[in-house]
Amino acid sequence: MIEIQSLTKRYRDFTAVDDVTFTARPGRVTGFLGPNGAGKTTSMRVMVGLTPPTSGSALILDRAFTDLPNPGREVGVLLDASAQHAGRTGREVLTIAARTMGLPRQRVDEMLDRVSLTEHEAGRRVRNYSLGMRQRLGIAAALLGDPSVLILDEPANGLDPAGIRWMRDLLREFADDGGTVLLSSHLLHEIEVIADDIVVIGNGRVVAQGTKDELLAAGGTLVRAADPAALLAALQAAGLKARAGAAGVVLAEAELPVVGRAAFDAGIALTELRAADGAGLEEMFLALTAESQRDHLSPGSTSNGAAA
Amino acid sequence: MSATTVTSQPTARPAVRRERAVHAPIPFRRLVSVEWRKMFDTRSGFWLLVAIAALAVIATGATLVFGNRDNLGYGSFASAVGVPITVILPVLGALSVSSEWGQRTALTTFTLVPSRGRVIAAKLVTVVTVGLASLVVALAAGAVGNLLNGAIIGHAPLWDVSWRTILQIVLVDQIGMLMGFMLGVLFRSSPGAIVGYFVYALVLPGVSGALASAQQWWADHAAWFDLRTASIPLYDSGVTGQEWAQLGVATLIWLVLPLAIGLRMLMRSEVK
Repeated sequence: MIEIQSLTKRYRDFTAVDDVTFTARPGRVTGFLGPNGAGKTTSMRVMVGLTPPTSGSALILDRAFTDLPNPGREVGVLLDASAQHAGRTGREVLTIAARTMGLPRQRVDEMLDRVSLTEHEAGRRVRNYSLGMRQRLGIAAALLGDPSVLILDEPANGLDPAGIRWMRDLLREFADDGGTVLLSSHLLHEIEVIADDIVVIGNGRVVAQGTKDELLAAGGTLVRAADPAALLAALQAAGLKARAGAAGVVLAEAELPVVGRAAFDAGIALTELRAADGAGLEEMFLALTAESQRDHLSPGSTSNGAAA
Repeated sequence: MSATTVTSQPTARPAVRRERAVHAPIPFRRLVSVEWRKMFDTRSGFWLLVAIAALAVIATGATLVFGNRDNLGYGSFASAVGVPITVILPVLGALSVSSEWGQRTALTTFTLVPSRGRVIAAKLVTVVTVGLASLVVALAAGAVGNLLNGAIIGHAPLWDVSWRTILQIVLVDQIGMLMGFMLGVLFRSSPGAIVGYFVYALVLPGVSGALASAQQWWADHAAWFDLRTASIPLYDSGVTGQEWAQLGVATLIWLVLPLAIGLRMLMRSEVK
């Protein structure tokens, strides 16, 4: 259980985390979704005591992280898989963590096995690891103390599709066992496939939260035609509430047959007509991303964010 | 990382995790043993320690080969092995702290042990222990050299350094090592700490010397403010009460005060 209460972190004239409140519950995977720079990492760093909050509180298992007597045994943390001494071997990294927590030596082998790092790979220095291998090592370190809470910042970064699937199964199993999982991502699709609950954050503020089903249900109808502007005008002329979405999509708050009929009456050939599952969430997320977007994406490339 | 690793065993498991055990706090001696391990398990740490042993042997050998054998006493050997040690120990002290930030392992270290003070204290214990061990090795190498010299020239080796002086030299070297440690705490960056140390060790004495030659007051009182000047009497046998006081004041100014400031900053800083 992770309880974040009115958490705020302010730097001089910049508010990185602004009055964030949410709860990650046991038995569930909570996805912490937001574009880069939204405040996900800062929030997580405050949770584990690396950054002092300006105000508000973060309780893990009913206590502040810094009050846990042996935190590694209760909370598995992976904030940055690259933050390891490049000159240590993977096995040595885990051995140091295991010793700090007071765990037996064979626990290191169990975890290497669990994350599928071979004997040979474990004996190499972290400097020679791919990002995917570092992530696996980081997950191994997080699971080492057999914790009941996991806090993972962008854990799927650098994993190949099989690796992402593996991680999804691992986190699912962990949550089904009664564990609490909080993982962050800037990729909507990644969160969609793993999380039960979603907290969306943008510019330091929580902009939406709820179960995945709730957030994905709010949709309506997604419709597409060769000329989106004409389609939008036609739907609005028919008295439907409709608006333009990203990438030439039109979103209408009406049933599929009604929207299809309205387009037909206006003589517009549709190229796509379907229930907009999650389109609302995607819209919101894209709007958030657009504000802090550095490179402007061309329309059409927006819905493939998860192809990492 | 083949696809075969993807599947998880479909074993029957209880729906709810068992009641969590209450975990004991991490004992301090475990932190010390972990810090000790971290000092040796990287190439830089390992080779610095190898270098200490190697340089002690080389310095002893060089003294034996190039020195004027008839006049050689333990003092010559001790000062020969002491020079490389006084350079390396502060670097080791600085790296023990700064590498956590340089390599960003502080992220892991302080999530496993949120009490930063305990981690730094464990590092301090480790650094002082390693420093003492290195000095024992170096002084022993010097002693072997002195015995060899005695055997070569055919009469009893000259033991011209008192125990008291040896302990004083150990103290000076430990202060030097702690200067490195302090700079590591203060800068939390390896290049910063090491450059800082060499500025302190090589540049400041020159400045102080220049000041002393220009100004009589400084020449008379430098030992109160200049740790180097204050350390010089410790290489000889008779240290007066005033000289001890000067060493204490200078250590307070150069070591204790900045260390306190550095620790305070380290406790409150964000770990990135």
